Amino acid sequence: MADFAMEARGPRPRSRISPRSIMIYGTLVLVAIYYLIPLYVMVVTSLKGLPEIRLGNIFSPPVEATFEPWVKAWSQACTGLNCDGLQRGFWNSVRITVPSVIISILIASINGYALANWRFKGAEAFFAVLMIGAFIPYQVMIYPMVILLRELGIYGGLTGLVLVHTVFGMPILTLLFRNYFSTLPEELFKAARVDGTGFWGIYFRIMLPSSLPIIVVAVILQVTGIWNDFLFGVVFTRPEYYPMTVQLNNIVNTTTGVREYNVNMAATILTGLVPLLIYFVSGRLFVRGIAAGAVKG
Amino acid sequence: MAKTSASGRPSRLFRNLNAKIAAIPMILTACVVFVGFSAWTILHSFTKSRLLPKLDFVGTAQYERLWASDKWLISIQNLVLFGICMLVFSFVIGFLLACLLDQKIRFEGMFRTILLYPFALSFVVTGVIWQWILNPDFGVQSIIRGMGWESFTFDPLNNGRIVMFGVVIAALWQGTGFVMVLLLAGLRGIDDEIWKASRVDGIPAWKTYLLVIVPMLRPVFVTTLVIVTAGIVKVYDLVVAQTGGGPGISSEVPAKYVYDQMFLNQNLGQGFAASTMMLLTVAIIIIPWAYLEFGGRKRG
Repeated sequence: MADFAMEARGPRPRSRISPRSIMIYGTLVLVAIYYLIPLYVMVVTSLKGLPEIRLGNIFSPPVEATFEPWVKAWSQACTGLNCDGLQRGFWNSVRITVPSVIISILIASINGYALANWRFKGAEAFFAVLMIGAFIPYQVMIYPMVILLRELGIYGGLTGLVLVHTVFGMPILTLLFRNYFSTLPEELFKAARVDGTGFWGIYFRIMLPSSLPIIVVAVILQVTGIWNDFLFGVVFTRPEYYPMTVQLNNIVNTTTGVREYNVNMAATILTGLVPLLIYFVSGRLFVRGIAAGAVKG
Repeated sequence: MAKTSASGRPSRLFRNLNAKIAAIPMILTACVVFVGFSAWTILHSFTKSRLLPKLDFVGTAQYERLWASDKWLISIQNLVLFGICMLVFSFVIGFLLACLLDQKIRFEGMFRTILLYPFALSFVVTGVIWQWILNPDFGVQSIIRGMGWESFTFDPLNNGRIVMFGVVIAALWQGTGFVMVLLLAGLRGIDDEIWKASRVDGIPAWKTYLLVIVPMLRPVFVTTLVIVTAGIVKVYDLVVAQTGGGPGISSEVPAKYVYDQMFLNQNLGQGFAASTMMLLTVAIIIIPWAYLEFGGRKRG
């Protein structure tokens, strides 16, 4: 896999004010402000009371900051008949994301290991089908999936959704692990085989422990992807198991009652918080994750 | 017994057995879900399934109805408009930003972090944010009117003729950073010698970018193009959250048409036919690319 050498090369920039650098920095600062405005608007709106929103404009900072919209979004906002707030969706998303991430990564790493180190006839063909399949629009496969889950008796619940995330996360994760295991020194693998260690022994004692860097990338990729999913949540779960994204949409786009913009914005921030935290904490690794499937190795 | 066949070696099926067992999830996903499910949907798109899938074949009747449906035609128009705007703007802006970040500047990491953070957010969050910013009574329109330009009108989300541009604005905010990062990675892979050579020859930087670097980045451009396009075809949650397909049906998209037909209107056959059309669209983009990318490599 192409490693992402994001560091700029060459000497450090000289701090010289030239028309050229003013233009470069000026443009970048303007663009950066544009990119940050929505985040700013969300935060200030979520801290205002409704009367203040109706009077002012969306950019003005709150005169009297209140956390009430946040409390309301978390524990009282209504979707349909339930008025216990976004916390239900949050915990559903946690209960969907955690097992999905663990299972999908475990399975994909075993797949990748088999593909990289124990090539068997036909393996590459199956892998090729898997990679091409990654481009098939989900809409083509969701209905048969509904039937399958219904036959298995897990349609509508969290288990079914975990299975769906595991299946559809498989192409990118398998690619990630296959490529990573291919780059590990072959001596490692050969020495273990000479010692008589078997398929699973090598996987659990050598390959899995040495794949920590790629596991981190995979976790970042999967947590953001699964947390942000909307389509699978809305298709494969019943309302009481809706993930946070689906619940957010239902809270904001409800047609009944007064539109509480401040509560909506607080709910939006709460929903975006987990992926944003992961993004800001992981930094460069996030970029590697999203680019991993994008640029061929 | 398999273990003591004539040659005294285990039969071929059992050789490397553990690896084959380990690959079962992948094989099932590839064969059952990706191939099997797609084939199932394509097959059922030729039936008159409504509430339940049934194998009552009606030929191409579903497709005829599909292409006679206003909602579908608007969906396709919207997708084309959205797709062209997204591709043009995200690539032009993304490439310009990547070039700016490639000028050995200070605070590069900070700028990159800011330009990419929307990509970490879901489409639902993106849609809801921009629904609020584009709100005519409180958002951009009201602010510019408040500054004295009383007749200023910018209310895309309530105007069917320009609603897709409102969606494009949100999608660009979310996705341009991704294009930028991929192209920046490509730029970083370019040999320094090229820059030295062009500087020695006295070629201006913008000319080097346009005439030398862009052609060299062709593979990166093509890969990014394929990924972005495959994403565009699937656009769904953004529209649901930002406009709900409205006003009226003026911001409908194919993915939403499929969902509505399958799960709201109990019109499975239409849903299957529409999703098959989506698959066809992706295939038209992917197959030539896969052929060039992977077919060429084997020969070379």
